[in-house]
Parts: sequence; structure tokens; C-alpha cells
Amino acid sequence: MFKIAKFIISDLIKNWIILLYAFFLLLATIGFFLLQGQGDKAILGVLNLTLMLVPMITVIFSTIYYYNMYEFMVLLMAQPLKRGSIIGSFYLGLLVSLGLAIVAGLGLPLWLMHPHWVSLVLSGVALLLSGIFIGLALLVAVWVRDKARGMGFALFLWVYFVLIFDGLVLLMMYNFSDYPIEKVVLYITFLNPVDLGRIMVLMQTEAAALMGYSGAIFQQFFSEWWGLIASLLIMLAWAFIPVAFSFRMFRDKDL
Amino acid sequence: MIKLDHIYKSFGRIPVLKDIFLDYGQNQAIGLIGPNGSGKSTLIKIILGMVLPQKGEVTFDGKPITGQSQYRRHIGYMPQMSRFPANMTVSQLFHMMKKLRKDEKQRDLDLYHAFEIEQMGSKRLEILSGGMKQKVSAALAFLFDPKVLVLDEPTAGLDPIANEILKEKLQKSLGNDRLILISSHILNDLDDIITHVCYLMEGEVKFFKPLEQLRAETAENRLNRIIAQVLKQEKNHV
Repeated sequence: MFKIAKFIISDLIKNWIILLYAFFLLLATIGFFLLQGQGDKAILGVLNLTLMLVPMITVIFSTIYYYNMYEFMVLLMAQPLKRGSIIGSFYLGLLVSLGLAIVAGLGLPLWLMHPHWVSLVLSGVALLLSGIFIGLALLVAVWVRDKARGMGFALFLWVYFVLIFDGLVLLMMYNFSDYPIEKVVLYITFLNPVDLGRIMVLMQTEAAALMGYSGAIFQQFFSEWWGLIASLLIMLAWAFIPVAFSFRMFRDKDL
Repeated sequence: MIKLDHIYKSFGRIPVLKDIFLDYGQNQAIGLIGPNGSGKSTLIKIILGMVLPQKGEVTFDGKPITGQSQYRRHIGYMPQMSRFPANMTVSQLFHMMKKLRKDEKQRDLDLYHAFEIEQMGSKRLEILSGGMKQKVSAALAFLFDPKVLVLDEPTAGLDPIANEILKEKLQKSLGNDRLILISSHILNDLDDIITHVCYLMEGEVKFFKPLEQLRAETAENRLNRIIAQVLKQEKNHV
């Protein structure tokens, strides 16, 4: 598995979209710090950009990559290789190369400009989101044979997690605002890795104080170690479950 | 050597292969022919384990292939269409394949040299033309000197010279207990290579006979005439 992954990685790190992605992240991160000075404000800007961009690029790129590599996958299938190791090396290859783009474009400049705990959390969230959305993209691509429909599904997933979900939560909060729903909202955010990532980072900044009562409840949860670990575990589950499903599906798939 | 035992496969509600029973043996070069959509590619993919049949079983040297991957070390496969990672070079691709099958020490570099693959080693696979990609795939299929060769429309994109080289190589490869399976529409290309004809139609095996026997039955010499004759006879019987 690692042999194929190695070749896929060496192919992907020369891919101009990934290079552009890393370069854009680098530029944006430095830009936010230059424009807004040091500290939390710049972090918030980088956070908002990361939460939009990372899932989008990851999900689109991974889906296209799977469909484009279909014939190559067929060639690999004709070799004495197990199906699991083929799909596994594709996942690993995408994860490492997109992860490297994050480390180079986001992690390093963040740490150099703002060497605090929050920078580490933000980089970690971006890496986790990459893993999650590669998994979701593979799930869609393995499931849907047609490239155009697969792309549509993948884009819908992005829109859902970044826009629609928040809209639904807002709607719910508005309608049930007379009830003590802070705890419920906390649990609902577990259903969306993007929101969970946002709160994980926000709670490390002082912006948490502006969020009123629910902010206080969130802060209580996420500033404790067990809260962070619990949300990390939930993020990992988000990464693991779609991948596990796509591997299973790939095993019984007709290529 | 490869036995397909009552294979049934459908995509959705449409049956593609209906109760296929075939027994391919050593020292056979089989031309797998049939009209578009007759199930040739699906049959090949089932042998390679890429498509899983709903009923029936494929055995390779007597062992069922379900869930297995090691039997494929004996197979060299040349796909109908090739597409490789964009930034990989030709020599990297060969390097990778050798790494993936590093237990196999046998090498057959005839096509590798004849197609001058070495000279395009540093080229990226993305910029190769369709025919050049086919040459690369052909050289890859023969690289490990496999017992079984499966070629899916091998001559489609090749220029006449490369086509001749491939045909000669195939003729030379027959014997040594090999099994060659070629699917093609271009019957003229198959004439000098194959020993058996396997004709598929609407997911069923119409016939699987030695070429000599067909020649005797139809009193024709060229493969396309033979097929035309057989189909005409069938029609008359109905």
C-alpha cells in the first residue's frame, strides 16, 4: 500500500492545483497578519477563510482526482494487489499531499507569525477537515459512477456543511429561543465537522467572550481538556466513518 | 487454466453475461470477438477480478479467484484505454510496476526495446499520444513474462509498424504453455495470431472452436469471411 501511495504522492506534489492551493493559503495567511496586525483578529480572518476554502478545494480536488485516475486504478487492479490497498493508497496519497499543502501554506506561517496554542489548534483543525472531506469525496466518487453527478454530489456536501447546516441551526435557535437550548446546540454542532472546527478554534481566542450565554457554555466545554479531546475524537470519527464506508463499498464494486 | 463456470452478471436489470461456461487452456490464443455490447469487456474484467459476477465462479489453475489477488501475478493485462498520473514519467511508471511485482524476477523486454520505451523514459505520461500510451501499456503487459496475456483491443490505437511488432511478438509468445486472450473488432489483425475463436453475442457464447475446425467447416480462409459464414448458417437454421 505504501509503495503505491509513495508514487501517488510524488505525482500529486507536482500537481499545479495543489501548489497553487498551498501558495494561496500562504499568501492569505501572511496577508491577514499584515493587514490586521498581530493576534486574534488575524486568526479569526484566517479561520473563516480556512473553513470555507479547505473543505471546498479538498472535496472538489479529491473527487476529480478519483474520476481521472479511474483507468490507472483499473491497471493497478490487474496487478497482484488487494483492493483495499489500492483505495487505501489513494486516500493516503491525497491526505499526505493536501496535508503538506496545509502545513506549508497555513501551519508554518501561522506558527512563525503567532506562536501560540491557537495557531496549533487552527492548523490541526485544517488538517482534520482535509482528512474528513477527502473521505467524503471518496465515498461519493466510489458510490456514483457518473463523473458529473459525482461532482454535483460532492459540491452539494460542501454547500450543506458550510451553508445549509448553519441556516438550519439558526432557524432552530430562532424558533426555540425561549427554551434553554444551549446544550442542545452544542450537541448539534457535533453533526457538522466544519462548525465543530470553528468552535474549537474560537474558544481558544478572546472572541468567545462576545458570544453571551451560549459562548460561556461552549467555553466551559471546549476549554477543558476533556472537551477538546472529545471534540477531537468526534472529528476523527467524522474522518474515519466515511472512509471506512468507501473502502467497504470499493471492495464489492464493479470497476 | 482459466475456467468460467456458469457466470451470470447483470448491471441493474440488464443482463450482460448469461450463464457463460468456458474453459480456456494452455497453448491457446483465443480471439474474443462479438458485436459492441456483447459482453467482451465485462468477461475480461471478470477474469481479472474487477467485476464481480452475481452467479457462478471463475477458477484459475483450479483455484477460485473470488477475493484473491495473487493469481494476477501470472497475468499481463493491456487495457483498452490507458490513463496515467499526469506528472509521472515513463521510467517512473516502469519503476513502480517493478516495485509492485518485485517477487517476479522474469523479464521480457522485447517490446520494451522494440517500442523504444527507454528513449521516452523522461517524458511525462500526460504528454504522450494515445498510440504511445498503448505502446507503454503493451510493454507493461509483457514485462513480467506472464503465463496469461489479456489484451483488450490491443491494436486500436497503434500505428501499422507497431501493430506488426505486437503481432509478431504475440505469435512468438504462443507456446511455452501460455494462454493469450485478445478481444478485438479488427478481425484482420487476429488472423495470424489466434488458434481459437470465442464468439460472444448478447451475453452468450455463440461458439468457442479451434480456428482450424472453423476453416474446415466453412471452407473459408480469412477470419472475417469465416465469421460471416457461420452467422449466415445460424440464420438459415433458424
